[in-house]
Amino acid sequence: MSAFVIRRLMQSIAVVMVMSLIVFFGVNIVGDPVDMLINPEADQADIEAAIKALGLDRPAHEQYWYFLVNAFKGDLGSSFIFGQPALQLIVQRMPATLELAFSALFLSVLFGIPLGVYAGLRPDTLTAKTIMSGSILGFSLPTFWVGLMMIMVFAVMLGWLPSTGRGETVLLFGVPVSFLTLDGLRHLLLPAVNLALFKMSLVTRLARAGTREVVHQDYIKFARAKGLSPRRVVLVHVLKNIMIPVVTVIGLEFGGLIAFSVVTESVFAWPGMGKLIIESIQNLDRPVIVAYLMITVLMFVFINLVVDVLYSVLDPRVRLRDMRA
Amino acid sequence: MGTDAPALKVENLETHFFTKAGVVKAVDGVGFSVERAQILGLVGESGSGKSVTGFSILGLVDPPGRVVGGRIEFMGEDIANADEARMQSLRGNRIAMIFQDPMMTLNPVLRIETQMVETVLAHRKVDRAAARARARDALGQVGIPSPDERLAAYPHQFSGGMRQRVAIAIALLNDPDLIIADEPTTALDVTIQAQILHEAQKLCRERGTAMIWITHDLTVIAGLADKVSVMYAGRIVEAGAIDDVLDHPVHPYTKGLIGSVPSRNKRGAPLYQIPGMTPALLNLAPGCAFRERCPRAAPACLEQPAPSEPVPGRSVRCFRPYVEAAS
Repeated sequence: MSAFVIRRLMQSIAVVMVMSLIVFFGVNIVGDPVDMLINPEADQADIEAAIKALGLDRPAHEQYWYFLVNAFKGDLGSSFIFGQPALQLIVQRMPATLELAFSALFLSVLFGIPLGVYAGLRPDTLTAKTIMSGSILGFSLPTFWVGLMMIMVFAVMLGWLPSTGRGETVLLFGVPVSFLTLDGLRHLLLPAVNLALFKMSLVTRLARAGTREVVHQDYIKFARAKGLSPRRVVLVHVLKNIMIPVVTVIGLEFGGLIAFSVVTESVFAWPGMGKLIIESIQNLDRPVIVAYLMITVLMFVFINLVVDVLYSVLDPRVRLRDMRA
Repeated sequence: MGTDAPALKVENLETHFFTKAGVVKAVDGVGFSVERAQILGLVGESGSGKSVTGFSILGLVDPPGRVVGGRIEFMGEDIANADEARMQSLRGNRIAMIFQDPMMTLNPVLRIETQMVETVLAHRKVDRAAARARARDALGQVGIPSPDERLAAYPHQFSGGMRQRVAIAIALLNDPDLIIADEPTTALDVTIQAQILHEAQKLCRERGTAMIWITHDLTVIAGLADKVSVMYAGRIVEAGAIDDVLDHPVHPYTKGLIGSVPSRNKRGAPLYQIPGMTPALLNLAPGCAFRERCPRAAPACLEQPAPSEPVPGRSVRCFRPYVEAAS
C-alpha cells in the first residue's frame, strides 16, 4: 500500500511541475498587465520603473525560475491590484468555495445514489422513468439559468430563502463556516442545490447504470440463492460494486465542482475563489491567476490521489495489482 | 418433515418466459423426483431448460419468466406456491445451489469470510465467531488448505477450481437437504472436475444430501448419478436408472446424445453428430420437438407424445422408441 502511494505521489509531483510550466507561460501570453495597471498619462521612465518593479522586464524563462523558487518557499507572488500575497487572497476565500463544493457533493451523493439504485432496480416503473427524465434536465439546463430561476422562485416570489452572501458564519477550527448556523444554512441551501444538480444527475445515472449491470451478474443471483434478504443483497452486494465507478467519478468531478462554482458564486454573490478569479482575469492580475490555477491543479492532483487510494480500498483487485507493480 | 417423502418431487412444472416476441416455454411439463442421498443427473443441450428448472425450484426465475404451473414438493412441502419469506428461509439453508461459472458466482469486492458468514447468519441465530468457525470448517471440508487464512482472501486470489470449492463450501454451510448443482464442473479442468465429483459423491453418501446435477456432459454423470433425466426443448424425453439409460437408450435423442460422445474405440472415423439444431423455444410447433432431427420420425410425431413406459423403470416421451434395442 505505501509503495503504491509513494509511486502515485511521484507521478503527482511530475504533473504539478508540468502544469506550472503551462500555466505560467500560458498566462504570460495573454494581454499586457502594464496597460491595465499603469496610468496611461505616465511617462516612459515611470512605465519602465513600474515594469522593473513588477519584474516584467526579465526574460520569461527567468521570471519562471523566480516564480518556481519562490513557489517552493510558499510564495506565489503578490497581487498587482491588492498588493497582498496572491496565496493569502485565495486562501481567505477558499473556505467559502470548499464549503459550497462539499455541500453540493454531499447533496448529490445523498440523493443521487438512492435515486439511481432505485431506478436501476425497477427500471420500468413510472418513478424510475421520472427520475431519469429529471436527471436529463439536471444535465442539460445551464447552471446559471437554474440559479437565476431558483432566486426568482424561492427568494423573490416566495421569499423563503435569501439569495446572496454567506449569512452568519461561525469559526470551526479557525475557519469561518456557514452550515453551523441556521442563517448560514439558509444562505447555503440555494447555491449548494444549484451547484449539486448537475452532479446529482451524473451520480444518479451512474448509479442506475451500475445497478442495472450488477443485478444481472451471477454473484447477485448466487447471493439470492444463499437466502439473503433483498435488503442485504442491495445494500451490500449491489451497492459495494456500484460504488467503484461512483467514487471515481465523484472524486474526479469534485474538481469540476470547484470550477463550476465560478458560475454559482457569481449568481449567488457567494464570496469564494470563483468570484476572485473572475475579477482577477478581468484585471489581468497575473500572480492571482497563476496562484489560483496552481492551487486548483494541486487540488485536482490531491483528489486524484485520494480517489486512487479509496478505489483500492473498495476494489481489492486494484489493490493487489498495484502493489505488485 | 415427512420421513417417507422424497427430498424433492417435481410434477408437471411449467416455467414460461413472456417476451415481447411471444411466450417461450423454457420448461414445459417437467417432472422428476430425488430421494435422499440420491443424485439425479439432469442432462440436455444448452437451452433445453435445465438451468431454468433449477432456478424454478428455488423460486429464482427472473422476469419476464414465471413458474406458471406444476407442483414442487420439497420434503413433503409444496413450495411452488410458497411465499417469498418461506422461500428465502429455504434458499441457501435447506436447498442450496451451485452455479456454473465459478469466476462469476462470488462477489468480487467482498471477502470470502463475509460471503460465507452472511450465509450462516441469514439462517441461524449464532454469533459471528460461531458463523466464522462454521465457514472455516466448510472450507476445510471441500479441501481448501489453511482455511483460516483463506477466509480473509478475496475471490480473485483463488483459481477457478478453488473458487468452485468455495461455492460448494457455501452450499454446504447450513447442511442442506438438497443441492442443485448447475454444471458446476463445466468451466474446470478434468482433473479438478474429477476431484469435485468425488467430493460431491462423498458428501451425498455421508450426509444423505439429495442432489440434482445439471450437465450437458453425459460422461460427467455416468459415474456420479443414480438416475438420469434427459431434457430436450423444455421437456423430459427419457428418464431412468443411469446405467440402464446409458447402456440401452430408448429415445432417439438420448441415443444420439450418447452417440455424440467421442469414443477411443473408433479412432479416425468421422465423429457422430445429431443432424440439425436445437429448435428455438419461441412459438415451438406442436408435436415432438425432436422430430426434425429424428431418424425415426413418423407422421404420428406431429402430435406431442405422452410419457410411456416401454421398458420397466423407464419413462419415455416417444412414439417410436428403440424398444427392441433395450430388450
